[in-house]
Amino acid sequence: MRRGFAGSLALYVALLIGAGIALLPFFWMVSLSLKPADEIFAPGIDLIPNVLAWDNYARAFAEVPLARFLLNGVIVCLGILVFQILFAVPCAYAIAVLRFPGRGVLFGAVLAGLLVPPHVPAIPVYLGLAELRLLDSYTALILPFVASVFGIFLFVQYFRTLPRDLIDAARVDGLSDWAIVWRVVFPTAWPAATAFAIFSIVAHWNDLFWPLIAVSNPDLATPPRGILYFRDQEAGSDIGALMAAATVVTLPMVALFLAAQRSFIQGVAMTGLKG
Amino acid sequence: MSLAAIRPLGRSRWLSLAQRDGLTAWSLALPATLAMLSLIFVPTLLVAVLSITDWQFGARSFDWIGLENFAEIASDENGRKAVINTLIYVGVVMPASVALGLLAALGVQASGVGRGFFRAAMFLPVASTLVAMATVWQMLLHPSLGLVNSLLGTIGLAGPDWLSDRELVLFTLAGIGIWETVGYNMVLFLAGLAAIPEDLYQAAEVDGAGKPWERFWTVTWPLLGPTVLFVVTITAIRSFRVFETVATLTAGGPGYASDVLVYALYREGFEYFRAGYSAALTVVFLVFTVSLTLVKFRLLDRWIFYR
Repeated sequence: MRRGFAGSLALYVALLIGAGIALLPFFWMVSLSLKPADEIFAPGIDLIPNVLAWDNYARAFAEVPLARFLLNGVIVCLGILVFQILFAVPCAYAIAVLRFPGRGVLFGAVLAGLLVPPHVPAIPVYLGLAELRLLDSYTALILPFVASVFGIFLFVQYFRTLPRDLIDAARVDGLSDWAIVWRVVFPTAWPAATAFAIFSIVAHWNDLFWPLIAVSNPDLATPPRGILYFRDQEAGSDIGALMAAATVVTLPMVALFLAAQRSFIQGVAMTGLKG
Repeated sequence: MSLAAIRPLGRSRWLSLAQRDGLTAWSLALPATLAMLSLIFVPTLLVAVLSITDWQFGARSFDWIGLENFAEIASDENGRKAVINTLIYVGVVMPASVALGLLAALGVQASGVGRGFFRAAMFLPVASTLVAMATVWQMLLHPSLGLVNSLLGTIGLAGPDWLSDRELVLFTLAGIGIWETVGYNMVLFLAGLAAIPEDLYQAAEVDGAGKPWERFWTVTWPLLGPTVLFVVTITAIRSFRVFETVATLTAGGPGYASDVLVYALYREGFEYFRAGYSAALTVVFLVFTVSLTLVKFRLLDRWIFYR
């Protein structure tokens, strides 16, 4: 690639401006989270705090149950992921490997399910949970997402590429289909499973729509719901602590991204395929 | 081998091998099938049914009112606003974030030193928790204390009230939407760019297309065509779902100036308890996204083919 000095300079200036705009809110969030209140409300522009006010973080954890929000996020994301895999993998194996009456209809239903955004079933699912007296519980946060048509679709695509011999050999060894699913086929599906796990965790860690509907008890708030809860109460005017909370809530996903950039980008780019 | 292992299960004697395989297959598929039915398909049908009633959450009875809810969305000023605002939002975010995503991808691909950093930096908004970042934008855009207006002040400009100005608020939200989407589109474009064979560029150069601009129009743009269409539809679908920033920053206000479909269906259903009307908004939302997704499925086949 031939490019003059001026061209290179222009390219890097443009890239630095782009990266700067993308990173500005992160920088400002961390900066505010470390500023004492008098600096936050001082006129003028100070990008970097003069005095580091670490106690903003202590207050964020004291003013709202921030640790509880994080724990809720972990419980909900892992709960959803485990059930999604338990449901999707055997179903995908049946569709991809076995021949049975109704298989075409079932796969058609999976594809049709891809057309339905998660907001659409909200009212009836809410009513069902209310009927079962399950609102305001972890069940209410996890149950609506256990059937991931996208997960089924993804694993079907993956299982179709598996060599037939692998499954036939397992059959000759006398393994049942259930055993083949979990002991032979699933362990080979790590690439698909990793990408799906990241996709699912990111989606549900960041979701606000459903937690806003399904729970009103602050002790059950997921991280984004907790941030809103924090901001809307009196403590919300404590901007340093609010920004500290925002930093703490964003950190796990950012860390996951930096630690596993390739799979992360792959997993998140999948949301596009899902639609 | 013990006798028990050889003898088939009692019931299986009455079933052919094919039938037994069918039973096994359905036993594997059954949990997911039941979950799909009860959590996706039946609720979606119920939403369609609810949309032609005037039912309210908790009410003991309801009336069938035909298409009245839809008529209200079309005729009522606030109902219309939710639809029109969503379309404006998509109309701003989609072209801007597709164009900027393409520019970012071209820039990152052309860069040598620091390529990984630039890619990661521009993707970071996608990886972050949008609600948390929205509260940061609220600080950045604060009319008097915010960094944005302070910076505008240093060059002598009076910054507007970004989130309370009726004329401006939707575009402010669109700006945050663009900030959040560019990195996502960049990643999709990088995949498309990586699929263009290097020898095509060499061939173009032999044919006299030596300048970067010429190479872009003769090679990159024509070959990237399917990716562009694909990214356009994906961005449209993603933007149609705008909810987090509206819920966090404006609650649809001021005066419904930033009301959008998903926020409206949330508010009408779960704050005002108008289940029937909320269901009708959901149906409108579903029709828009299904149409776009069907377009995308068609493009997806071609996109994968090109890769």
